[in-house]
Amino acid sequence: MLSYIIRRVLQSVLVLLVVGLVAFAMFRFVGDPVDTMLGQERTIEDIERLRDNLGLNDPFFVQYWNFLQRAVQGDFGISYRQGRPVAEIIAERLPATLELAMVSGIFALGLGIVLGVFTAIRRDGWAANTIMTLSLLGVSLPTFLIGILLIYIFSVEFSLLPTFGRGEVTQVGGWSTGFLTSSGLVALILPSITLGLYQMTLIMRLVRSEMLEVLRQDYIRFARARGLKDKAINFRHALKNTLVPVITVTGLQLGSIIAFAIITETVFQWPGVGLLFINAIQFVDIPVMAAYLMLISVMFVAINLAVDLLYVAIDPRLRA
Amino acid sequence: MTDTPLDPVQKPRARSRLALAWDSDVGYSFRRSPVAIISTAVTLLLILSAVFAPLIAPHEPFNPATLNLMNGFTPPGEPNMFTGDTFVLGTDDQGRDVFSTILYGLRISLFVGFAAVTFALVLGITLGLLAGYLGGWTETIIMRVADVQLTFPSILVAMLIFGIAKGITPIEYRDQVAIWVLILAIGLSDWVQFARVVRGATLVEKNKEYVQAARLIGRSAPAIMLRHILPNVMSPVLVIATISLALAIIAEATLSFLGVGAPPTEPSLGTLIRIGQGFLFSGEWWILFFPACTLLVLALAVNLLGDWLRDALNPRLR
Repeated sequence: MLSYIIRRVLQSVLVLLVVGLVAFAMFRFVGDPVDTMLGQERTIEDIERLRDNLGLNDPFFVQYWNFLQRAVQGDFGISYRQGRPVAEIIAERLPATLELAMVSGIFALGLGIVLGVFTAIRRDGWAANTIMTLSLLGVSLPTFLIGILLIYIFSVEFSLLPTFGRGEVTQVGGWSTGFLTSSGLVALILPSITLGLYQMTLIMRLVRSEMLEVLRQDYIRFARARGLKDKAINFRHALKNTLVPVITVTGLQLGSIIAFAIITETVFQWPGVGLLFINAIQFVDIPVMAAYLMLISVMFVAINLAVDLLYVAIDPRLRA
Repeated sequence: MTDTPLDPVQKPRARSRLALAWDSDVGYSFRRSPVAIISTAVTLLLILSAVFAPLIAPHEPFNPATLNLMNGFTPPGEPNMFTGDTFVLGTDDQGRDVFSTILYGLRISLFVGFAAVTFALVLGITLGLLAGYLGGWTETIIMRVADVQLTFPSILVAMLIFGIAKGITPIEYRDQVAIWVLILAIGLSDWVQFARVVRGATLVEKNKEYVQAARLIGRSAPAIMLRHILPNVMSPVLVIATISLALAIIAEATLSFLGVGAPPTEPSLGTLIRIGQGFLFSGEWWILFFPACTLLVLALAVNLLGDWLRDALNPRLR
């Protein structure tokens, strides 16, 4: 058990080191930031001064060492495009993405489990069949089309919900939140449905197939023979035993939600780190790209690690 | 030797491969499945109209000499209020015929999709065969890289590769190479699953007798991998390739929609949707609607075809 945890943690550190190397290689070898930052009218002195300021004249190993040291402290230098520290820009944008990811995660998990249980219990009813067919469509629809469709229906046709931005945000100790104002909450609806829909269908289908599997077991038949109420059987006996795979998949999908937030944030002009990353790619803003890469890898690796450890904690059979 | 009188059963005629395929199990399940027939027909129709786009398209949307700005924003099927020209699916802001831009956009989407999957396929099969057959350090390195890459969603990997490649190319060439960079990015983000499946199948195949026999008669390792093992691991690869094609088309559309893909000078379906999104609020819905529908139909048809192929090639799932 202990050796498993240690091995798993070491593995995660290795992944992060590899990603760090990629991020550094981007810094070192991709493009000439001086070209991008200075306009057409520039002197050789300008170029040299900027190269010195950005530390681009140092030897390779010095730059690598500096990069690692600073990365650990969360310092990724200055954005080529905005001329401000990357860490500051990201810290400003991160709450928007995390709030969006959290709400869509809750939406996906909550509705996914409810619909999954429903479609499993009424497996041949017309409502369950309709939901299953629709879910197939939901899986094939690209995220950005879902977003555009929702905007068209709810904002253009019925003008019910806002189409872009976070609405009014409140600052709570450096964390800008949209949870405290009504316009902030309303602005969350469409983006989080867009972002969570795919995960919702995924969880729903998973819960459904697991439930169908479990409902066939003998202990369910026995519970029924004991005269327990349907509700108690479905939720207390059956659902509980479907949760192990659901937790694993949800955990792993958390990473996808953060990655796919890039698309949703672009459609809704949501001021989060995903939109920042896309703009950074368009303008080849390497420090922002590298920082985003590191940030998201830390998140992914942490999530994967947590899921693996949780898995061992939940399922006693794995504790060899 | 005359064998006719001794052989009461007539020798079957040599039959074409096509006829054999038609009579096989897969062919039978194909004939019985309306979903498979319809999705194949739709996919073929879209591929053909993309290939013959220059012949079908009523206009040349990317030749500025043939465009008339007065034709801008013509609704579908109605005559333009200034010029009196009619366009089946309307025109965009620059007076380009939407039907023609879709045909050319379909061309780019399908080209990028096929090229990216082919690239991922070749790379994945090569690395998978090497890892499975050679084992040892080769296997460890290849599979570790695959594991690390698998931690990240492929769309993110593709974006990152696109960004890096964009940074390496000089500014004046960026639009010209964008399509190739896109193929490289999507292909590189997608090789892992091919490599994993091929490696797994190779591990099983390499201990079978026919491989041992080939080794005993002294065939070289590349020959054994390519001529003996590869044909026997192809059927799962085919299924993944079909589903990958749908995913690659969607990935391309997504990247182009986000503005990190096909440039406006060579728009794919995703670029067209990106352009059309800007006119949604002003009521010109057709600029967005028709490219989006085309993309949806294409992705759905290829997806359904892949699903059917998976069920048909894998009898255990029936």
